[in-house]
Amino acid sequence: MGTAVDTAVLHQEDSSQGTAGGAASTPGRFGAYGGRYVPETLMAALEELEHAYALAQADPTFQARLDDLLKNYAGRPTPLYFAERMSRELGGARIYLKREDLLHTGAHKINNCIGQGLLAERMGKHRIIAETGAGQHGVATATVCALLGMECVIYMGQEDMQRQELNVYRMRLLGAEVRGVSNGQKTLKDAINEAMRDWVTNVRTTHYLLGSVLGAHPYPTMVRDFHRVIGKEARRQMLEQEGRLPSAVVACVGGGSNAIGAFYDFIADENVQLIGVEAGGRGTGLGEHAARMRGGPGGGSPGILQGTYSYVLQDDAGQISLTHSVSAGLDYPSIGPEHAMLNDAGRAEYRSATDDDALKATVALSRTEGIIPALESAHAIAEAMRIAPTMSPRDILLVNLSGRGDKDLGILTRELKLQGA
Amino acid sequence: MPIQFNQSPGSSGGAGESRTGRPGLVAYLTIGDPDLDASYDIALAAIDAGADVLELGVPFSDPLADGPVIQRASERAVARGVSLTDVLAIAARLRAARPDCGLVLFSYLNPVVRFGQGAGFERFCAAAAAAGIDGVLLTDMIVEEADAYLAAMARHSLAPIFLAAPTSPDARLEKIARVSRGFVYVISRVGITGAQAALEGDAEQLVKRLRRYTDLPLAVGFGISSAEQVEQVGRFADAAVVGSALVAIIEASSREIAAEAVGRFIGGLRPVAALARS
Repeated sequence: MGTAVDTAVLHQEDSSQGTAGGAASTPGRFGAYGGRYVPETLMAALEELEHAYALAQADPTFQARLDDLLKNYAGRPTPLYFAERMSRELGGARIYLKREDLLHTGAHKINNCIGQGLLAERMGKHRIIAETGAGQHGVATATVCALLGMECVIYMGQEDMQRQELNVYRMRLLGAEVRGVSNGQKTLKDAINEAMRDWVTNVRTTHYLLGSVLGAHPYPTMVRDFHRVIGKEARRQMLEQEGRLPSAVVACVGGGSNAIGAFYDFIADENVQLIGVEAGGRGTGLGEHAARMRGGPGGGSPGILQGTYSYVLQDDAGQISLTHSVSAGLDYPSIGPEHAMLNDAGRAEYRSATDDDALKATVALSRTEGIIPALESAHAIAEAMRIAPTMSPRDILLVNLSGRGDKDLGILTRELKLQGA
Repeated sequence: MPIQFNQSPGSSGGAGESRTGRPGLVAYLTIGDPDLDASYDIALAAIDAGADVLELGVPFSDPLADGPVIQRASERAVARGVSLTDVLAIAARLRAARPDCGLVLFSYLNPVVRFGQGAGFERFCAAAAAAGIDGVLLTDMIVEEADAYLAAMARHSLAPIFLAAPTSPDARLEKIARVSRGFVYVISRVGITGAQAALEGDAEQLVKRLRRYTDLPLAVGFGISSAEQVEQVGRFADAAVVGSALVAIIEASSREIAAEAVGRFIGGLRPVAALARS
């Protein structure tokens, strides 16, 4: 849990109003978090996007096209699978997996890419740029650009290009241009900076297809909406299969798009616990992990990065910290602002799993269920494996399996050999 | 109209005679590159060579509106541990040495928010005013998010300076003009900071649109690096901002000669004005 800070004061002159809801009147606020902190050059494009999105939401034609592509192209609905053998071996809660890994391109990311791709088409913007960490968002973006006949440029940190090499080939095969980013620590954050610079320069012709619930309004809201389908389906499927709701929903959190998508339709179900799992990396000091919600020394605190106000890993002078995770998709120093609000309100709880935990969970799920999870999703599996034995057999754990692990075979081979597995 | 900070909003402040008829010059420096003492010397040289206003750039780890030159300078300064506190200390020294120069703190938002220790902008504004800062420009602060910031700035008689972009519709320009003090920073073109050979038509068009809403001085920046461009800006705006070109000179110079090189470059930016005065 992050430390309680009087966050409303950034926006609201009267700081006596406390944290949540302090400035809810401005668009794109999640309690005190979120907002729009961008260079003025981008404001017109953000306003245009917000407007276009509102019109699209109200347009049955848009919704019908989106639904059709989600169903017939991406493969929705995804199954809700009872992991019987893993549940039995752990003893305790019944573990269900929401199989976003079975979607076209291998992760939940395609939900948002289809949505924003159709939106860009409506806005008449035929050049798409995006950032990618693990490469899943880049692949999904390149896929949708191929489908809609759009120009596609993907920014990716050079460190990530090495560790997710297969996805680089996939993007290029799909016709995208992949631009390596050599600034900073050469990972996701640096790719976003470079994508923002491209957008500032080409804003009149280009749509920035941001891949998580980050950035300036309307992105955190819009990307969440495109992923809500995960929780909506899972809730319905859970009621069909078990006749009741889960005790907890567990999801990994990088920027937090798969987690917010899985959580959102359960927020009103007060008895359903929401658990986000951050990257615990290899230690607790700044630079060793990406656990933004962890308080205390080496943990996160409220700040502004890349357009939004949320928890950030930073030093005392407000310089953004380096991060580490074995999974490129969780290796980022900030977190979606809606998660910050859910954390402060006590509605969701944020924990972390280490690199080792994630690697072990990857092996465990592969060998008990025949499912190789993405290293990102393995963080959620690790937390489920930790808590399931402490729970009753009447409890149900719903784990969002956000992506599949094929992309990680290089890392897995290397890391697991080191560990002698 | 020259840039003057100690005037009430809306008044068309009296010009220093000698400055009439030539564009003002605003010089941006990334403070702490190559080091703090060198930045101080360079800043003095810039003022003495004719810069009317200095923008003191606070190094930040993620300068997403900046081109490669300022990115590299920022990265070097961050690596040296240069912080907002250090930049304010340099400002205080400059204010003591050159009481009449305009000093603008130029920063991304996060170091400023962090400086506030979770209590908004009060601590920052008090420290900036105490250091003799005249105005503040926050790259990623837009007018809609600025209520608390503007209130704290007003309490300390600091001038909030906002960016106006070629992409800003008139409704936004009106809001920007309404809350800006000191001057408005007119972005000459869409894009990140950095030199370019020729000015695009965007800038003059934007100045004309903005002029409808304000009498404040309008300073045009992004990509200005030559006397010709400064002169060109002077035909339709009040001041030119030179940034990346200076930072590039500092990068290319040894520490010992950087101040002299910057002074010489700034001196050379206004040969026409210098002629007119002689």
